[in-house]
Order: sequence, then C-alpha cells, then structure tokens
Amino acid sequence: MSANNLCKRIIPCLDVANGRTVKGINFTGLRDMGDPIELGAAYEKQGADELVFLDITASHEKRSTMLEWVKDVAKNLSIPFTVGGGVNTIDDVQALLQAGADKVSVNTQAVKNPKLITDIKIKFGSQCCVVAIDAKRNSDGVAEVLIKGGRENTGMNAYDWATKCVELGAGEILLTSWDKDGTQSGFDLELVKYFSENLPVPIIASGGAKNSQSFVDVFKLAFADAALAATIFHDGSHTVGEIKNILNQEGVQVRIC
Amino acid sequence: MKTEIEVDLVNIDGGNKGSVLRLLERLNVSVNEVGFDNLPKGNRPLILPGVGAFGAVMQSIEKGGLSQCVSQLVKSGTPYLGICVGMQILFDGSEETPGVNGLGLVPGSVVRFLKGKVPQIGWNKLDNLQNNGYEPGYAYFVNSYYAVPTNSSDTLYSADYYERFCAAVQRDNITGFQFHPEKSGAFGQKLMQRWLFDVSK
Repeated sequence: MSANNLCKRIIPCLDVANGRTVKGINFTGLRDMGDPIELGAAYEKQGADELVFLDITASHEKRSTMLEWVKDVAKNLSIPFTVGGGVNTIDDVQALLQAGADKVSVNTQAVKNPKLITDIKIKFGSQCCVVAIDAKRNSDGVAEVLIKGGRENTGMNAYDWATKCVELGAGEILLTSWDKDGTQSGFDLELVKYFSENLPVPIIASGGAKNSQSFVDVFKLAFADAALAATIFHDGSHTVGEIKNILNQEGVQVRIC
Repeated sequence: MKTEIEVDLVNIDGGNKGSVLRLLERLNVSVNEVGFDNLPKGNRPLILPGVGAFGAVMQSIEKGGLSQCVSQLVKSGTPYLGICVGMQILFDGSEETPGVNGLGLVPGSVVRFLKGKVPQIGWNKLDNLQNNGYEPGYAYFVNSYYAVPTNSSDTLYSADYYERFCAAVQRDNITGFQFHPEKSGAFGQKLMQRWLFDVSK
C-alpha cells in the first residue's frame, strides 16, 4: 500500500457561555477562562489543527451574541473551526457558516429530527456537518446515545445511530464517551476503535484525555482520525505542541509547526 | 512607496469566499468582487474559490458568459489562482460530473480517491518536486477528487493519501491549490503571500 501522510488531528475544545470561555467546576459553577478569540488564537499558535467551540448557553435569545463571537473568531483564526450548541434549524446552520464557522456540530436536534443532517448535507455539503454523539455504556457494556447534555438517555445503540448519521449525510462523527469524560483515565479505546474501523467517515475521539500517552493510544491502538480534549489544555498541564512532539516520536503522523 | 495589491475575487454560488476574503484582508490586499453580472476585465489577478460539486461550480460559472470571459483572460495572460474546486475546473473534466466540460486550461482530468476514508479531511504533507522556491509544509484539505495533470511538470506540489496525488498545479500564469490556503495556518498565509508577490511583480 502506498503512503498516507494525512495527519492525525489534535482539537482543543472550548466551552463558551455568554461570549466567554468557561470551565465547569463539579457541575455547580462556571469559572471564566477568558476570551474565546484570544484562547483560540493561542491554541492555533501551539499547533492545534482545528478548534471546536460549544456554546453551552445557546438559546434563541442569545443567538446574536453567539454570532458576534463566531465572527470575531473567524477573523482571527486561520485554521478550521467547528461551532456547536443549540443548533436547531437549517437557518441556525446557515447563520453560523455565514459568520465564518467552517463546520457546525449537531447533537440533540439531530436525534429529534434526523432530517436536519440531510438538509445540511444538501444545502452546504457533508464536509461541514459534524454529528456529535454522547455515548454511555449500559450495564451490558453497550454504548447508548445520550441527549440534552447527558440528561436524557435515548436507549438507542450509539453505533447504529452513527451508521444512520453517515447514511443521512454526516461528514464526521464527534464521539464522546460519557463514561470517560472528566475522568482523565484515557479515551475509551474499544469504543473508538469499533467506530473508526467500521465507519467510512473520520471519527473524532473525545472524553478521558489524560496525557500524551492517551493520544498515542487513541491513534495507534484505536485508529481515531482526530482527538479532542479540553481540561488538559485549559489547565495548562499540556500544550498541543508537547503532545504532537511525543506523537511524532512514536511514529504517528502529525503536523509539526 | 508601497504599492497596494489588488485582486479580483470571482464570486460564484456556493464558493467559500468568506474565509478567502478574511485571509486577503489580513494580508492587506484590496479585493474587488466580480461575477456574472460584473465580469472581470483582466486588469487584476483572478482568484476563484470553489466548494461543492464540479458540475455545480461549472454551471454557476457558465452564467452570463463568466466562464468564457475567465478563459479568455487566462489565455491572454491574466494570473489565475483556483482553490479546491476552483483548481479542478481548470482541467478537461471530472469523474464527479461525467459529461460536463471543465475550462480545459490545464491538460488533464479529475478523478476520485480509491482508498481510505473519502473525503480526505485534514492536514496533509506537501512535497515540492519542482525546484521553484515553494517550500514544503502542511496544508488543510477537504476533497474526494483530485486532478491528474497530463504533464507531470505542471504539478507544483504532491501529497500522499494512499496514493500520490497532485495537491497543487502551476502552468505559466495559472496556479491551483487543491487544499485551502485560507485554512492552513501560517503556512497557508505564506503561500498566498508568495503567489501575490509573484503575480504583482
């Protein structure tokens, strides 16, 4: 087989509330982490390949605030970025893409109205349609789909749902393990591997990143196409550059800036 | 005295002109938008960003005689930069939309990736086979199809996605980037500057 030099992607994720980057503390309070535009630019400098911004307060009333910071982020970033949170209609998608987002991620609304995925594909192309799947294993170990920020378990098999999303037009799957998220115990390698090996679109692994080894494992053992993390970048314990240097030493193809 | 660089940005349906515009703004380039109702005159270099299907882009550029106008200007020496599908339409045709002719300005055709996840999404490593000062680096791609120039000397950059493919093309006053320079960080910006420098000499 000929060479493949497509790089594995490292994607910092920023939660945004009312136009500020925030971090949840034990599900009770939100700590202000700074301006999303400045933080985004800092991650680009560190060597981030893409960024994901999730608006955790997104609602109809706050839509205009969201579009404002998306415009500012677009003006200042020269790497691709995805915006998610409260994307309910094709008009929401259009407004975000026009504001400068490269991709939009849909989650709860895609489960409630799967046609939204197809509408995005037809109007703007699969390449800008990321379907985010929050997966939690049941007592038999089968991953099921959670919606509404983890508050509701649909009982749907996560892999079946992902397969359907791809058929409907999803360009990428952002797979978050709710068993691993926030635990800093490494990615759910078994889950990520199954999705990566069997689905024809890129899988972005999320939930559980602890250190450089977590990334080495998720790429070398679970064949993820990209890996997303928040805490380990926000708390300053790791930079994207450090992780990429180790990946490079381990023979994983990454973009070295 | 500083001479300001000016370009004509060809505006077509579905083109991702927003991010290209933002890059040009960062580089202090003044942008004049042209389209089927405001044809370019050939007094400025042309940039054509394109996203979507080959056939749809061709259909959109054929409106109002725009494609004929662009072809004539390019043939008479106006510098042209095509991005993504804006590069693919330079060729004779594409497997994506059989039966639809491209602009035919660079000999060759456009074919689909056979292996790996398609579209290819992400950063790939560019190798420069020509000795022309364009540096190697990493660029951001989103593509299912790629061009195969008839003359290998037209290939500016190659990259590998389970097979070697043409990532950029250059022939006389014509340049095409399959990747997105506007999304390729500092490296993409440098490439854009290099092209602007070359065409405004």
